[in-house]
Amino acid sequence: MRITVTVNGQQRQADHVWAGESLLYLLRERLGLPGAKNACEQGECGSCTVYLDGEPVCACLVAAGQVQGRSVTTVEGLAAQRVQQAFLEAGAVQCGFCTPGLIIAVHDLLARTPRPGDAEVREALAGNLCRCTGYEKILDAVRLAASR
Amino acid sequence: MIPSAFDYARPSTVQEAVRILSEAGEDAKVLAGGQSLIPVLRLRLAAPSLLVDLGGIAELRGVSESGDELVIGAMTRHADILRDPLVARYAPLLAQATATVADRQVRHLGTIGGSLSHADPAGDLPSVSLALDAVMTIAGPAGERSVPASEFFVDYLTTAMQPGEVLVAVRVPKREGWGTHYEKFNRVAQAWALVGVAAAVRRENGSIAEARVALTNMGTTPLRATAVEQALAGALASADAIASAAASAAEGTSPSSDVSASAEYRTHLAKVLTRRAVAAAGGIDAA
Repeated sequence: MRITVTVNGQQRQADHVWAGESLLYLLRERLGLPGAKNACEQGECGSCTVYLDGEPVCACLVAAGQVQGRSVTTVEGLAAQRVQQAFLEAGAVQCGFCTPGLIIAVHDLLARTPRPGDAEVREALAGNLCRCTGYEKILDAVRLAASR
Repeated sequence: MIPSAFDYARPSTVQEAVRILSEAGEDAKVLAGGQSLIPVLRLRLAAPSLLVDLGGIAELRGVSESGDELVIGAMTRHADILRDPLVARYAPLLAQATATVADRQVRHLGTIGGSLSHADPAGDLPSVSLALDAVMTIAGPAGERSVPASEFFVDYLTTAMQPGEVLVAVRVPKREGWGTHYEKFNRVAQAWALVGVAAAVRRENGSIAEARVALTNMGTTPLRATAVEQALAGALASADAIASAAASAAEGTSPSSDVSASAEYRTHLAKVLTRRAVAAAGGIDAA
């Protein structure tokens, strides 16, 4: 099928798409956007988090057929660099594989709650796993981004 | 992993969905939010030939009132339940339990109907639907029928729905004057419940007039803790009476043993969590 979807503000089309393939595959393999990462493919790790119609979702758990006519924003499409910069400065990036998903999750959190408490941060990031940092540097990065 | 190939249909009415499903027979699966089904497909634990996506059926979304019931469309997402004023007013237990389902990403796509139809005994919403005496509205080739939650969950991942049938709404009696609480025990925030307890309590003067208690993950289906409910009916609204009733929480259950917990540990948890849930629902300091 032909999928038409708005990605990072631009209308994009892909042909010969299988409706059952994932939004993540569509983004990475057909639309040339490798920012969202492919890790668990089970919705556990959050590495593939993107905005779908303005809400963070796991792109691996969305079928391509479900995004027809909808709007997706990936880490490549975020205009502001505040969260990314805070991650760099706080040392919250190690291997970097979880980072794009975390950037989306934190971006969403700060849009809803500009000055989140630690419990709110932990709740908002519960769906994003990091195997390197132990999370402390990530929490530092969120506090830093929120302070700016 | 890549799921095995399937066809995809996206009907725009319930009638059309039922027709497509009836024609396809047992080889078709219904796609709601996909948060359980897509992982199952990807692990190739299921290989349907056809996926019928209910996402295009507007009438299945949203919460409304009908007399003394809330009518919750099956495709209403967890995130929508969490901010719905009718749910907050008449079924806060549902909102409280929904807030503990997985994580934000999953709650943005997962639906109440998908969660109930998947019928995972470790899922939070099946036991909540039992405790609230919810009734499922199911559409099929012969029209609509109603099935109470107590008859809906038949076995592990199995409901009373037949091939060709679709869950269209969950009807929840308005519970004003009841206190409710969902007590969940899990290892990390996004994990399934090792055990969960949904409690609803109606107090009268210094006593507990009625109680509904349902258990998550204490068997192949969600279970009512009938012995606890009977012990609580008419009991003094005291910490001692609740502790005594909660001691029979595991009666008639058959919890599994797995890497996360032994059956013995789950039995222990059921009693402790029941005491906490009932006390919180009844507004009683359990100390």
